[in-house]
Amino acid sequence: MPDLQAAVDDFVIKLKRRQVEGSLATAKSTVLLLRQVVSHQRIPSSGPASSLIDAVKSVGSRLIAANPMELAVGNMVRRVLHIIREEEATIVAAQVGVTPVSDSDDDADVHGVPGLSAVALAAANRTALRAPSLHNLLESLPTSAGANVEPVPESDTKSRCKSSDKNSKSWKLKHGVIDAIGLLLGEIENYHSEISEQALEHIHQKQVILTLGRSRSLLHFFREAKKKRSFQVFVAEGAPRYQGHKFAKELAAMELQTTVITDSAVFALISRVNMVIVGAHAVMANGGIVAPVGMHMVALAARRHAVPFVVLTGLHKLCPLYPHNPSVVLNELKSPSQVLDFGEMSDCLDGTDGSPVHVVNPMFDYVPPELISLFITDSGGHNPSYVYRLVAEIYSPEDH
Amino acid sequence: MRAQPTLSVSEWKFQRSTTTKVAFFSRNFWDDRKCFPGPENDARQRKLKDRTSKAERRALQESQRAAKEAARASGNQTFFMPGMWEAGTNPYGSNEKKGVDKKPVDKSGEKDKKKEVVVPEKDKRKDAPAPRLQFDDEQKVAKARRRAIVEQTTETKHRVELFRHLPQFVPPTQLQALEEKYLQNDTMHIHPAVGLKYLTWDIVGGNARCVAMLEAFKEMIRDYTTPPQKVMSRDLTAKINSHVSFLSTCRPLSISMGNAIRSFKLKIGKLRDTLTEAEAKSSLVSHLETFAQEKIILADKEIVKHAVTKIIDGDVVLTHGFSCVVEMVLSHAHSIGKKFRVVVVDSRPRLEGRILLRSLLAQGLKCTYTHINAVTYIMQEVTKVFLGAASILANGTVYSRVGTAAAAMVAHGYRVPVMICCETYKFHERVQLDSICSNELGDPDALVGVAGRKEFRELVGWDESEHLRLLNLTYDATPADYVSMIITEHGMVPPTSVPVILREYRKEPIL
Repeated sequence: MPDLQAAVDDFVIKLKRRQVEGSLATAKSTVLLLRQVVSHQRIPSSGPASSLIDAVKSVGSRLIAANPMELAVGNMVRRVLHIIREEEATIVAAQVGVTPVSDSDDDADVHGVPGLSAVALAAANRTALRAPSLHNLLESLPTSAGANVEPVPESDTKSRCKSSDKNSKSWKLKHGVIDAIGLLLGEIENYHSEISEQALEHIHQKQVILTLGRSRSLLHFFREAKKKRSFQVFVAEGAPRYQGHKFAKELAAMELQTTVITDSAVFALISRVNMVIVGAHAVMANGGIVAPVGMHMVALAARRHAVPFVVLTGLHKLCPLYPHNPSVVLNELKSPSQVLDFGEMSDCLDGTDGSPVHVVNPMFDYVPPELISLFITDSGGHNPSYVYRLVAEIYSPEDH
Repeated sequence: MRAQPTLSVSEWKFQRSTTTKVAFFSRNFWDDRKCFPGPENDARQRKLKDRTSKAERRALQESQRAAKEAARASGNQTFFMPGMWEAGTNPYGSNEKKGVDKKPVDKSGEKDKKKEVVVPEKDKRKDAPAPRLQFDDEQKVAKARRRAIVEQTTETKHRVELFRHLPQFVPPTQLQALEEKYLQNDTMHIHPAVGLKYLTWDIVGGNARCVAMLEAFKEMIRDYTTPPQKVMSRDLTAKINSHVSFLSTCRPLSISMGNAIRSFKLKIGKLRDTLTEAEAKSSLVSHLETFAQEKIILADKEIVKHAVTKIIDGDVVLTHGFSCVVEMVLSHAHSIGKKFRVVVVDSRPRLEGRILLRSLLAQGLKCTYTHINAVTYIMQEVTKVFLGAASILANGTVYSRVGTAAAAMVAHGYRVPVMICCETYKFHERVQLDSICSNELGDPDALVGVAGRKEFRELVGWDESEHLRLLNLTYDATPADYVSMIITEHGMVPPTSVPVILREYRKEPIL
């Protein structure tokens, strides 16, 4: 336990100090940490899931508070919670003798009625487990509302059927959760290859592509496409971090015809560009994205010239939150010295009555879903209007 | 050796550097039809016919044809033919003009007839600007290069293919070569260091460059004496052409400069023969002065007067880069006591916004400074956008520093009015739809480092990679629908009125 605490504290400090940055790195570290938390957690026989959930929630809220802009952390916490709930539901369903169906989320929010028979409970579970699809709607549900396992005093319902295999159940839950977390980890690490497989579908011969800044998934995407197609890329440098420079170098090393342009020239050149492909920092539940600063301007220019704006993202970047006032809430203002050096304007400021120059250096830009043409994720290509379904699949509404 | 004349422009604020170098010219013939389209070429052609008789012309053509044949026979084409240096002659006739039927010069008998036939056509097309030299046409580029004063080392290795039709950037290392080349010949006239200042981007900005050039021309006129047996107007025009070719080699001419030169040449062409040399010179000098005063200095005062009425207390005004007119507007508004805030948006690689920022801070204005990527973030607080322009084209497109289009687009998206402050002398009859067909390429190496931040060295050695190119555009074209209003000295007009102003206010009898 104490090492776990130490590990958690260590990670929290790293997040606060921005020593760990970037969705992939933070997502991986979060998942690993949570796996540790789950494995160390001593599961009481009564209510195994809720104890796991509480443990994960407490660690998760600390991690999220450490760096609220690193949405991948929160995403992973919610994914793990969803996994726990799913596993729980599967096990309960199996226990009652119903074959476990493929998971979905428990979307009902209604408290179970205490004293409900186990069979009815299981049946309700079963319907709740299935995705709300058309044939579900046509079936009649055993109760007016789906049952939710959580708030029911579990001792009552479970004591009747599970007294004998209590320990094995909690063991099964833990084991299942850890397995699923392993799968999640694998999914995070391999999302590059999943996305790159779709590269040839989107890039044709002699295409001209524009991008801003640097994105690892985009690098793999281009590498895959380069094997069969020849195309050229304009890279906008992406002030004030100038990641575009590094990206252009990497692309040129791959023998891809690359041209570096300044961000101000994006509007000038975009009429000759066939497609804009970018990476994102996070995808919000309404289909909008949080991307490095400048992306909104590029998206507006792309819409003006009817150029498709394609976003590459892994599912770990998908956030179940809705962006209210994104420029303030989903943004971070970095040091003004990146834009204007300290002391550079000081010679004009002496002698005035101290009206200092206000330098604005936001880190992110919010791009609304109307400007985005397509999301390419590891589960295929999607419209921005479909994102809410993806959110519903991988997250539980209780955790939002 | 003549002393280097000093440039003195009193009430003008523009960027200057303290180092000056002396530039020399050679007398060379530059086919000005490529650079300076306009009706005066036709005027000159007709003058030639009036002055020389038919027999003389035929003799000239025969000798030219013979020389050409001889040259071709000897396997190497020369362009130095007898009679070439006659002021006003254009031995290549209208061959150079694209889109016009190629009339061979050596068909002497038919030439006059063809000219007469062609002239009315030209009259109709007078208003259309002539096509410019396109740099992907190899023959023409080769010809131009042979006649150029400065050697153009076009590095075709690192050319961005999309911009092949534009002249590639000439690095200022030519300075040394220029000095050595022209210090030798002392029959050359000393032209002030204006050209070299353009080359090193010391003088920047449409108004500044135009004013500096006009000052240089004034000096040149004052020092000028007509050589014997030459007609002043033609000789002077030839001299101007050579000077202008030098300037444009240093850095492609801005539209403001082109318009000024056109009007000046028109004036030269209209000089009455009865004037003495001194009178002619003084009239030319006064024309130049009036041009600068009326079209630039007083026009700016008018623009400021109009624009200041648009700024109200509590405004947040956004501007991009550095435009001297916008700076004057903001200073004046602040000096008459309006309470407003300014947001200065800057862009790489020139970072001209910092100059504006300095000047506004020194006057005590509240300023916000940011880079072009953050313009969507900051636009929520902005109430008005004031932008400057290098030129406004006949279809209402604003041709301005790169990045202006992005700022105007975002402002339009947030429903913020965009106001362009531009003098009418910068308007041009040309039309343009995008920023690629016509632009100016800047120094690609300017993109490599980041000013003030030494840790960005990724692109050092970019020219070693065959696949990596750097593109540094200077201008971009803002579509007319992003512009709410253009503030000129004639008033505040919508962008659709630009061709009307061109037609009504720019007819030849003005100056």
